Amino acid sequence: MDKLWLIIKREYLTRVKRRSFILATLLTPLAMGLFIVVITVIFSYESDDTKRIAIVDEGKILAGNIASDGNIFFRKMDTDLETLKQNLPQEDYNGILYLPPVADVLDNNYEIYFYSDEKLTLDLEPVILRGVSRALREYKINALSLDKRQLEALDTDIELEPRPITAAAENNTGKLASKIAAAMGFVMGFVMYLTVFIYGMMVMRSVMEEKTNRIVEVMISSVKPFQLMMGKIIGVGAVGLTQLAIWLILFPVILVISSLFFGVDPSQMEAPAGAGQIDPEETQAMVTQIMAEISNLNWWVIIPLFVAYFLGGYFIYASLFAAVGSAMGDDLGEGQSLTIPITIPVLLAFYIMIATVEAPNSSLAVWSSIFPLFSPIVMAARIPYDPPAWQLLVSILLLIGTAIGLVWLSGRIYRIGILMYGKKTSLKELVRWLFVKM
Amino acid sequence: MDVLQLQDVVKQYHRHKAVDEVSFSVPQGSIFGLLGPNGAGKTSLIRIITTITRADTGHVFFEGEPLNTAHPMQIGYMPEERGLYKKMKVGEHLIYLARLKGLDKATARQKINAWLEKFEITDWWNKKVDELSKGMQQKIQFISTVVHEPRLLILDEPFSGLDPINTNLIKEEIFKLHQSGTTIIFSTHRMEQVEEICEYIVLINKGQNVLEGKVADIKENFKENLYELEPLDTLPTSLEEIATVVNERNGIYKVKLTEGVDSTNLLRYLLDHGVRLRAFREVLPSLNEIFIRQVNQL
Repeated sequence: MDKLWLIIKREYLTRVKRRSFILATLLTPLAMGLFIVVITVIFSYESDDTKRIAIVDEGKILAGNIASDGNIFFRKMDTDLETLKQNLPQEDYNGILYLPPVADVLDNNYEIYFYSDEKLTLDLEPVILRGVSRALREYKINALSLDKRQLEALDTDIELEPRPITAAAENNTGKLASKIAAAMGFVMGFVMYLTVFIYGMMVMRSVMEEKTNRIVEVMISSVKPFQLMMGKIIGVGAVGLTQLAIWLILFPVILVISSLFFGVDPSQMEAPAGAGQIDPEETQAMVTQIMAEISNLNWWVIIPLFVAYFLGGYFIYASLFAAVGSAMGDDLGEGQSLTIPITIPVLLAFYIMIATVEAPNSSLAVWSSIFPLFSPIVMAARIPYDPPAWQLLVSILLLIGTAIGLVWLSGRIYRIGILMYGKKTSLKELVRWLFVKM
Repeated sequence: MDVLQLQDVVKQYHRHKAVDEVSFSVPQGSIFGLLGPNGAGKTSLIRIITTITRADTGHVFFEGEPLNTAHPMQIGYMPEERGLYKKMKVGEHLIYLARLKGLDKATARQKINAWLEKFEITDWWNKKVDELSKGMQQKIQFISTVVHEPRLLILDEPFSGLDPINTNLIKEEIFKLHQSGTTIIFSTHRMEQVEEICEYIVLINKGQNVLEGKVADIKENFKENLYELEPLDTLPTSLEEIATVVNERNGIYKVKLTEGVDSTNLLRYLLDHGVRLRAFREVLPSLNEIFIRQVNQL
């Protein structure tokens, strides 16, 4: 036990103290924060290119002017189109908007013209269309003598409000709840997928390094191969948990800081392009609601479950990666084919997880979240949807059993693998090693 | 007493018997040569002794007790395939390996410092292993093998990759450890080193024990009545009656005595014939010759 602890400590400390680890841990959230800020700045960037548009309203459609928008200014002219076209260079206008008379009020088509030697830019077109369409609506209402209030009554906003039947389901049928659950599920499944891969590979590389360094034979004259493998797996796993914990703290901190310094509202991230049109008060209300829904989730259940699935999945895959690493020779490329059987279930689980986010109670989702090779990733995505207790129980029990079994099997491959030099190993060989006596 | 005793040890790998009923004993305080050509089963044997693997059948005793997992703490093993963690600092690396051998931190630090002083390399403490040359790393490796003061030291090709200066340095330390009572098993296929260092040997070939015993006894057993003489006068032709000249090089004759003749007969004969001698000595076979003869015989 003492020795296992020494190994864990070394595996953990040498990694955590490494400059590359510290940089990656601190810089990743910073880089993400910076990325968000840059994206927001880019999307909210308003053209500093002032545009002045002259309007010739021959159809007498406009009651007043078209409201200027940002750097785009409109001015209604009394001159006729031809004179204006000739004078345009001196008048300092970018273009002329020509509104012809409306031939038939009941016609749904109305053509307007924009005269300019410049291209019609993407920021200008919607502003013109919106302005003219609003004015034309007023014009038509007047021309047809319609009742404005009756007309407005035709546009109905319909809201679909989910309501629970039993009191127990009170919290999770809320309108936002399912969206939040989907987002949370995806994030957790994705994090699980990434960490299992990253830290599993880290274990594999470290096993190979020990073998190529020839330190392994020195080590196993003092410790059992199984202790060495477990020490490594636990040590690297602790590194992974450390990194996740730091990120869990750093991400919100950086989001808050960036919103303070750059005036970026994290809630606008979802639709940065349309952010301009959302009423700020509405946004505020939305944020509060999202926050409320997030805190409504049962974190005291979600976090321990997430950690449990992380540990189960990590032990399964890290031990398999360790076994494969031990069987590889000095050449990484040569043994690459051995990692394929491990990579396939991880990738499958990842795609099933994506499908799960959309239909968390489909039989694919349910059975995959019980199957131990998939469950860490797939169940992670289902946790926010409050899966039934029996499914969680069966899934966790299977996961623990499989993790223990696979760690044991991997240990049997590992103890032989680390002492084999210079031989190319096949999958068949690995299976044979399971039954070799030491 | 014997530090180590092997009885009919067998180790079978996939379709290949690596160790086939090997028995030998390593006397307390000796320097013991474990010899054999490449692939003879030396490493397999050492792995059994260090409890890395277990014998299929047969018995191994360490200081009279059946070998158990506590014994490796009394053993220092320097494998032929050896290495260190490249990114670790020398000091923390040595402490790590020492603590895995059961030393507490303070003792480990103190003993390691003593060794670093002995090798005059105290300023290496904070150096990373990969900043050291191969020879320097070997010194660290050696320290890590002996720092817990093992009662049995197993060195597998300890001088491979070392320059002559470092070879001598390590050799001296091995002798010092020997004088302080450490039993040393020295595994190699380099015979000239064995002859220089070992008192006892066992010769393994194809997993089997071919030869075992004191180096002096083995040489005595394998002697072929050969003598070397350097006469100042020409040898009389009648010498053939008691000995045949095997070869002659630069005035030095190697002769083989006829059956029933001993060295005193030869000397008397030469004196009687008025042959003056500059040198006269018995030629014992080198371990190398015995080794090659034994290995080829099988």
